[in-house]
Amino acid sequence: MSELAIERQIDRSHMTISDEVAIQINNMNKWYGQFHVLRDINLTVQRGERIVICGPSGSGKSTLIRCINRLEEHQSGDIIVDGTELTSDLKNIDKIRSEVGMCFQHFNLFPHLTILENCTLAPIWVRKVPRKEAEDIAMHYLEKVKIPDQAHKYPGMLSGGQQQRVAIARSLCMKPRIMLFDEPTSALDPEMIKEVLDTMIELAEEGMTMLCVTHEMGFAQAVANRVIFMDQGQIIEQNEPHAFFNDPQSDRTKLFLSQILGH
Amino acid sequence: MTTLTDTPKQGFRLSQLIYDTRYRSITIQVIATVLIVAALWWLARNTVANLTALGKDFTLEFLGNRSGYDINQRLIAYDSNATHGRAALVGILNTLLVAGLGCVLATILGVIFGVLRLSKNWIVSRLAAVYVEGFRNVPLLLWIIAIFAVMTESTPSPKDFRGENPVASMALADNVAITNRGAYIPEPLFANGLGDVEIKPGGIFADLYFNVSIDLIVILLTLVASLLVVKLVNTRAADIQNATGVRPTTWWVNLLIIVAPIAALLWGLGFYLGKPELSGFNFAGGTHLRNSLLALWLALSLYTGAFIAEIVRGGINAVSKGQTEAAFALGLRPNRTMRLVILPQALRVIIPPLISQFLNLTKNSSLAIAIGYMDVRSTLGGITVNQTGRELEGILLVGLFYLLLSLAISTGMNWFNDRVKLKER
Repeated sequence: MSELAIERQIDRSHMTISDEVAIQINNMNKWYGQFHVLRDINLTVQRGERIVICGPSGSGKSTLIRCINRLEEHQSGDIIVDGTELTSDLKNIDKIRSEVGMCFQHFNLFPHLTILENCTLAPIWVRKVPRKEAEDIAMHYLEKVKIPDQAHKYPGMLSGGQQQRVAIARSLCMKPRIMLFDEPTSALDPEMIKEVLDTMIELAEEGMTMLCVTHEMGFAQAVANRVIFMDQGQIIEQNEPHAFFNDPQSDRTKLFLSQILGH
Repeated sequence: MTTLTDTPKQGFRLSQLIYDTRYRSITIQVIATVLIVAALWWLARNTVANLTALGKDFTLEFLGNRSGYDINQRLIAYDSNATHGRAALVGILNTLLVAGLGCVLATILGVIFGVLRLSKNWIVSRLAAVYVEGFRNVPLLLWIIAIFAVMTESTPSPKDFRGENPVASMALADNVAITNRGAYIPEPLFANGLGDVEIKPGGIFADLYFNVSIDLIVILLTLVASLLVVKLVNTRAADIQNATGVRPTTWWVNLLIIVAPIAALLWGLGFYLGKPELSGFNFAGGTHLRNSLLALWLALSLYTGAFIAEIVRGGINAVSKGQTEAAFALGLRPNRTMRLVILPQALRVIIPPLISQFLNLTKNSSLAIAIGYMDVRSTLGGITVNQTGRELEGILLVGLFYLLLSLAISTGMNWFNDRVKLKER
C-alpha cells in the first residue's frame, strides 16, 4: 500500500450512493487523428459515487474525464451528464460545464487575478451572482480549504499545495454536483500531497460525486467505492477497492499494481 | 561570549586594480569613460576646425530666413515666402500625420492577422501567414515604391473623367474620385460655421502661428463630454452588476449619448460634405489625399502590421493552454475567456515589443523621400539643407526631432504598460 496512509477517521455518514445516474457513457470512442485513444467506453456513475481511475500513462484516463466536460470531443457514442446529452450544442455544453467542476494537475489558476478574484470570476460572469454574494461564497469555500487569509494574494505567492486547494475552492464556488480531478497531486511535493488529499476526503465525506485520476492508492483504498483500471484506451477492470487491490483479475492489472505498489 | 576584533587590514597593491574583482570593474569603467570623452572631444574639435576652414560657423539663424520653396502637402498655412523654420514645422506635422495614421492602422492589421493566423480554419490561417511572411521578408522601401507605382500607374488621370463617355467614373455615388494624382474625398464643411481662431505666438516662436477651427474645438469638447457621461454610465452598470449580478444592457444608451449630441451639434452648425468636382483639368473641392501619403501610409502599416501580427500571435500563444481549459471548465464562453483570462495575460507579453514597432514605423517614415512625401527629412533635412548649405545643423535638428519623438512615444507606451502589467507577486 502507498506509504501515504490516511490517518484520520473517515466519516462515511453522507457517503451514500443513490440510484440516480450522474454520468452515463455508452460505447464512447475517441480518436486523435489516426490514434484510437478511447475504445468502447461504457461507464455508469451513480450520484454520490467516488471513483478512482488508474492505469499506466497514455492509457487514456485523463482523456476520459476530459471528455465528460467537453475539454475533449468524442467521436462516437453518448455521454449523458445529469440528464443532459453532451453534443456540439453550445447550450448543453454550458449547462454541463456549470454542473461539473474540474481540478488540473498544474492547478491552472489565473495568475493575473487574486485568489478571491479567481474564485469569484465564474460565479459573477457565468452564474450572474452579485459580487458581494460571490465574495461571500468564495470566502466560505476558502475557509473550507483552510486558506482564507491568503484571499488577497496572487497565485504566484502560494505554495503548490495551497494553489491546488484554491483550485478546488474555485471549482466549488460554482456549486458543482460532480467533481473531476485530473492527477491533482502529481505536480506536488510529497509534504503537500496530504493537505490536498485531506481536502478531497472532506469533499467525499459531504457526498460529492467524484471522478479522480490519481496514483494515490491510499486515497483510493480509503475513499473510493470503485476503482477503474484502464490500459490502451479501454476499461480493463473495475471493482470495489478491497477486491481490486487484493484480488485483481486481469494480468495487466496485476502487473500495474505490482509496479506501483511493489516498492 | 562575543569577542571584539578589528577587521584585518589589508595592504593595497597597484596590481589589485587589474586582478582584484573588487577594483577591476571600476578600473575598466574609468578607462572607458576617459576614452569616450576623449573621442567626443576630438570629434567636436575636428568638426569646429573643419567648419572654420570652410568659412562656416555653427548657427541656427537660417531657420528664420525665407525658404523659397513650395511644399505640396501642408496641414498649416505655408508658402514659399515663409521661413525655413516654418517649412520644418510643415514637415514635422507631415511626419507626425503619417506616423500617427500608420501606428493606428498597423495595430489594427496586426491584431486582426495575428488572431487570424491562430485560426483553426486552414484557409484563413494560411492567408494570414502569406500576408505576414510576404510583408516582413521584403524590404520596406520596395513595398513603398511598389504601392506608389500601383497607385499612380493603374489609376485613371483626371482627364479620363471628362467628356460624354468618360473612361473613368467616380466611386461611392460620385463622392470619391481615385486618380493617379491621389484620391479626392468629400470634405466636411459647415454652413453656419463659427470660423477660425488665430493663434499667434511671439518672439522666437513667431513661426508657430496657426489657425484652429472653432467648430472642431466645439465638436471635440462635446465628444469628450459624451465620453465622460458614458464612463459614468459604465461605472453605474458595474455597480448594478455588483449589487444584483446582472449587468444592464448599456450599449444602446452609450450609443445614444455619443451620437445624439454630436448629431444635434452638426445639424446646428449646418454640416455638409463638399463633394470633389471636376473643373477644368483637375478636381476641385473635397479633400485631396495625395498618392504619396496614401502609399507611404499603406506601406508602413502593412509592413509594420506584419511584425505586430507575429507579436500578437506570440503573446496569445505565450498564455498556456491550461488557462483556456480552466476557464472553459468553469463554464466561461470563448469570448469571455479571451477578454477576462487570455488577453490580460497576453498584453504583458505584447506591449514591450509593440513599443519597438511603433518606434520603427515612426523612423521608417523617413523613407518618404523615395516617393516625394514631404516629411521633416524631406523639408528640413532635404531641401532646406540643399539651399542653405547648413547640412550639419539641419541633420542634427532632424536627428534630434526623431530622438525626442521616439522618447515621447516610448515614455507614453511604458506608462500604459505599467498600468496593464500583471501584479503577479
